[in-house]
Amino acid sequence: MTTAESTSIIPDFGDDDPERKIAFVCSKGSLDMAYPALVMASGALEQGVEAHIFFTFWGMDMINKKTMGNLHFSPVGNPATHMPAALAPLPGMQAMATKQMMKKLEELEIPDVPSFLEHLSDMGCHLWACKMSVDMFNLEEDDMVDYLDGILNVTDFIEIIDGAQTMLI
Amino acid sequence: MPVTTIGDREIHVDDDGFLTEFDEWDEDLAKSLATNIGLGDLTDEHWKVITFLRADAKEQGETPTLRRVSTIGGIPTKSLFQLFPKKPARKMSYVAGLQKPKGCI
Repeated sequence: MTTAESTSIIPDFGDDDPERKIAFVCSKGSLDMAYPALVMASGALEQGVEAHIFFTFWGMDMINKKTMGNLHFSPVGNPATHMPAALAPLPGMQAMATKQMMKKLEELEIPDVPSFLEHLSDMGCHLWACKMSVDMFNLEEDDMVDYLDGILNVTDFIEIIDGAQTMLI
Repeated sequence: MPVTTIGDREIHVDDDGFLTEFDEWDEDLAKSLATNIGLGDLTDEHWKVITFLRADAKEQGETPTLRRVSTIGGIPTKSLFQLFPKKPARKMSYVAGLQKPKGCI
């Protein structure tokens, strides 16, 4: 016999589950390589997972105030665009492909990279700049977004993400 | 679809317990739903979120995402994490009697 008590269906939000941690290393500065980490970090944070993003090499373009709003997508060397290989390097093709991708993202209400990073920061995402890359590109703290958690060398980053699932992009 | 009893009412839910019928929800039910998931008493701030979610879902035909609640609903993301700790998108949808948001952002 079933009682009202035993038939209650209440979602399990896992409030008592062990804490999870996820980390992304963003090493690319092209538009199509920027979004995967941003989207996945956002999903992780929505699920109560502690998230960290470490920006290094060309990934620095994602947090550099001068470049972050102007990332590009190039069809060159990317067979997934299904564009004849000879057409991809033509002048204007990169700008067109970038515009097209931005338009599609906008239609889906996906924010641009600067707004997305701010949104992640509001959600509690930890954003770190790589010390070596900061030195390599001669960047100052003022060159990068204000809501950065800090500049870290890799040893400190590895220490901070102890136990995290980690992805290199 | 499963039927569950909340308070003294029978409510249609999905397998996870999220309401499937928009019109089976009312404010009293929201209070029970909040209690079910340990949110305690709903404050004015909670109600502001719930009211926006219901209105937007009715208009758009789907549950708004966290980002939409902040950009269109004008409720800062940080507050959503305070009001509905850890998993705000799912918890606020549950209390508002809506399905989980389908959008990623």
